[in-house]
Amino acid sequence: MSSLPKGLAANPRLSRWITISPDGTVTVRVGKVELGQGITTALAQIAADELDVDLGQVRMAPPTTGEGPDEGLTSGSMSVADSGAALRQVCAEVRALFVAEAAVKLGLDPDTVTVHDGVIGDATGTRTVTYGQLAAHVDLDRDADGSARPKSADELRLTGTSVPRLDLPDKIAGKPRFIQDLTLPGQLYGRVVRPPSPAATLIDVDTAAVRALPGVVSVVRDGRFLGVIAEDEDAAERAADALRAAARWRGEPTLPDEDDLPGFLRAGPVDSAVVADVGTAGDVVRRLRASYSRPYLAHASIAPSCGVAWWDGDTLRVWSHSQGIYPLRRAIAKALDLAEARITVRHLESAGCYGHNAADDAAFDAVLLARSVPGRPVHVRWSRRDELTWAPFGSAMSAEVEAGLDAAGNVADWSYQVWSQGHTSRPGYAGSPGLLSAAHLARPHELPPPVDPPPAGGGGTARNAVPGYTFPRVRVHAHRVLRAPLRSSALRTLGAFFNVFATESFLDELALAAERDPLEYRLAHLADPRARAVLEAAAELGQWHRRGAEDSVGHGIGFARYKGRGAYCAVVAEVEAVHEIRVRRLSVAVDVGRVVNPDGVRNQIEGGAVQAASWTLKERVRFDRERVTSDDWESYPILRFSEVPRVEVALLSRPDEPSVGAGEAVHGPTAAAIGNAVAHALSVRVRDLPITAERVVAALVD
Amino acid sequence: MKRTFDLTVNGQRRQLSTEPDTTLLHVLRNDLGLKGTRFGCGMGLCGACFVLLDGRPAPSCDIPMWSAAGKEVTTVEGLADGDKLHPLQEAFLAEQAAQCGYCISGILVSAAALLAENPHPDERDVAAALDRNLCRCGSQGRIIRAVLRAAEGGV
Repeated sequence: MSSLPKGLAANPRLSRWITISPDGTVTVRVGKVELGQGITTALAQIAADELDVDLGQVRMAPPTTGEGPDEGLTSGSMSVADSGAALRQVCAEVRALFVAEAAVKLGLDPDTVTVHDGVIGDATGTRTVTYGQLAAHVDLDRDADGSARPKSADELRLTGTSVPRLDLPDKIAGKPRFIQDLTLPGQLYGRVVRPPSPAATLIDVDTAAVRALPGVVSVVRDGRFLGVIAEDEDAAERAADALRAAARWRGEPTLPDEDDLPGFLRAGPVDSAVVADVGTAGDVVRRLRASYSRPYLAHASIAPSCGVAWWDGDTLRVWSHSQGIYPLRRAIAKALDLAEARITVRHLESAGCYGHNAADDAAFDAVLLARSVPGRPVHVRWSRRDELTWAPFGSAMSAEVEAGLDAAGNVADWSYQVWSQGHTSRPGYAGSPGLLSAAHLARPHELPPPVDPPPAGGGGTARNAVPGYTFPRVRVHAHRVLRAPLRSSALRTLGAFFNVFATESFLDELALAAERDPLEYRLAHLADPRARAVLEAAAELGQWHRRGAEDSVGHGIGFARYKGRGAYCAVVAEVEAVHEIRVRRLSVAVDVGRVVNPDGVRNQIEGGAVQAASWTLKERVRFDRERVTSDDWESYPILRFSEVPRVEVALLSRPDEPSVGAGEAVHGPTAAAIGNAVAHALSVRVRDLPITAERVVAALVD
Repeated sequence: MKRTFDLTVNGQRRQLSTEPDTTLLHVLRNDLGLKGTRFGCGMGLCGACFVLLDGRPAPSCDIPMWSAAGKEVTTVEGLADGDKLHPLQEAFLAEQAAQCGYCISGILVSAAALLAENPHPDERDVAAALDRNLCRCGSQGRIIRAVLRAAEGGV
C-alpha cells in the first residue's frame, strides 16, 4: 500500500468525494472552492481523465460541510497540488473498483478491461457496461487504500489541454450565480452599521425611530455591533442610513503614522525568528545596504462581501464565499458556543477575493442578524466603504538588506531582515473565532495580533525572504509585529510579493554596483536549471538584448520560485518614464511543473501580473490617526484598462514534474521587474511602494 | 412616498411602483429579477452595474427611478437574442475573457455601446471605452482581445 495524498488521508472515504448516478453522472465533491481562478474546471479535468469519462458527465458540487471532504482552506496556490493529487487517487481507485465489477459481470480478465468515455468493456467493444449501469453494484462507502495507481503523464487525455472554464457561460450570460444573487423563500435583507473607526466606542443610539421605518423587521444591537433587518434591500439600506445617523461614537487615535510605516513596524514589540543562517561568508571587499517598504494593501474585491444565514429550529444554515467552509463552521460554533453538527456551511461563488477578505465576516454578520428572526433567511451584503475599510488588509512591511561583495562583484555575504504584522487572522486563528463582529459584541471575542503560517505552510512574513540564489552566506530574520492597529490577514502571496520586490531590487543595485548586467548577474548566482530556464525565457520574450536602446524606456527583470518550492517565474518589464510611469509590457516565463490547463495557467499569470502592477504602481491604504480614509475607488485607485500593460506569457512544459499552483507565482517578480525597469529608465531607485510619480520625484531630489 | 414609473427594459414596457429615489439597480435586481446587473460600489465608480440607458452606458446603482422613468434600459440579459448570445458574449467565451466574472456584465454593456458607435475600434478605443469599468482579477488584456474579436466578426 502506497501512502495517500494528504487530503485523502484526512478524508479517506471514497463516497465523500464521488457519487456515480445510474444516468452516468459523476458528482465530484472537493473541499476547494471556486474563487474565479478556475479550480473547478481543472479538478473536473482531473476527475474525467482518471475515470475515463466525458467531461460533460462530471458535475462539480458546491462544497458543503457534512457532504464533501474537509480540505481546509483554498489558499496558497495549493489546490491543484493538494486537491488535485487527492482527487487523482480517489478517481483511480473508483475506476479500479468499477473495472473489477465489470470484469466479473462481463466475464473478462480485469487486466484486459478498457474504459473509454464512461464505457467499460473489452478491447473490441463487444462486451461492455457503463459506469451508470454498475453504479448500484459498486459500493464507494469504503476507504481509499492506495491500491490503484493514478495514470502517468502519457496516459492523460484532458490534463494539459485548455478545457474552457465550466463557470464562464453563466457569468458571461449574466445568469444568477453569485451569492449576491441568492434568493431564498421568505428571505429578509440585513445591513450592519459599523463603527466609524477601528477603536470607536458606541456612546448611545436611539433605535426607536429606526424600528418604526417602513419594512423594518428588526434592529439588532449587541455591544458595538449594530444592524437592521428589513423586508427588502431598499428598506434595509434606508434603515441602515437612519441607524448610522442615530448612533453616536467616540473615536480613538490608535492608528500609526501612514508616512512612517517602517518606523511603526520596527518599533515593535516583535516576535523574531531566524529564518536562515547558513554558510560562511566569502572575501568581502565592499558592503551595500538598503531599506525597502510597502504600505497596507486592500484586497479590494469588486463585489462587496456577502453572507446568508437561516436559523431554523435546531439548525443553522449558512451560505458563504469563504475560502474555508469547515474552518468557518468551527469559528461560528466557537463564537456562539454551538455544536458544530448543528451548522451547515455551503459555499457559493462571489467575485475574486485574492485572500482573506470579508467573506467570513459577512457570513457571521448574517448569522448574528438572522438570530433575531428565527425561521427566516437573512441576506447580508457589505457596502463598498466597509469592504475597503473593514476587510483585513495585507500588512505593511519593511526590510533592511545588506550584502558584501567579493572582488569580482559577486555576493559573498547576504543579510535580510523583514518586519511585518502577521499575515493570517483567518477564522480560528490564535485560538479565537477570528470573526470581525464577534469582537464587537457586548461579550467580545477579541481579535489577537495576526499570526503567520508555519514554515511548512510557506510562512507569512518570511515567505520568500530567503533568496533563491547560491550565496556563500545567508542570514534572514523575520520580525512579526505583535500589534495590529489595522487588522491584517492573508493577501495573495502573503509576504512574498514584498520580499521578492526587496530582494530582487537589491540584487539589481548590487549588479549596478558591480557594473554587471542584471540578467547575467542573476544567472551567475543560480545553479538550478529550472530557475535559469525561466530567466532566459523571460529575457528572450522581453527582448532583453534591446535594453537601453530607447530613451526614457527602461527594462527590468525579476525572478522568484514561489515559497522556494513552488512555481518558478521570471518577468521582464518594459517601462516608459516620461511624464508618468507607464508599464508598456510584461514578459513572463513560468514553470508550474505538469500543466493541467494551459489557458487556465495563462489566465492566472496574466491576471496576476496586472494585479501586481496595480499594487506596485498605485495602491496604498490611506488613513489618519483614527480611521481609514481610502473608502472608495477614488481614494483607493486600482489599475484601469487604459493603464494595463501588455502581458506575454511563455509557459515552460514540464510534464514529468509535479503540478504546482500558478495563482501567486508572478506577483513578486512583476513588482521587482517594474521597480528595476524604473531604476533603469531614470537612474533613480524607488524603494518604497507604490512607485508613483511623486515617489520618483522625491527620489530624484534625494 | 411611492410613485408609479414607466420604463422599457430589454424591449418590454414595465410599470413599477417605487420610491422616487430607489435606484434603478435595485428595481432591476429585486423587482424584475434581473440579477445579471451587479452591485459593486453604489457610487457609479466601478462599472459592475452598468446598463444601457437610451443606448449609453450608465451606472444603474446611481440612477434614481425618477430619472430612469420613460427611458429604454438594456441590461446584460438583453444583449442576447433569445438563446443566441450576443457576438460579444461569444467572443468573451472564445477568449475565456474573465476570471471571477463579476465585472463582466457591466463590461459587456460598455463594449456593446462602443461597437454600436464604432464598429471597428482599435485597442486604444476599446481601452478608452472600458476605462470606467474596473476589473480586479486583471483580465483586461483578454477582455480587450475579446472585444476586438467581436468587432472583427471572428467569433
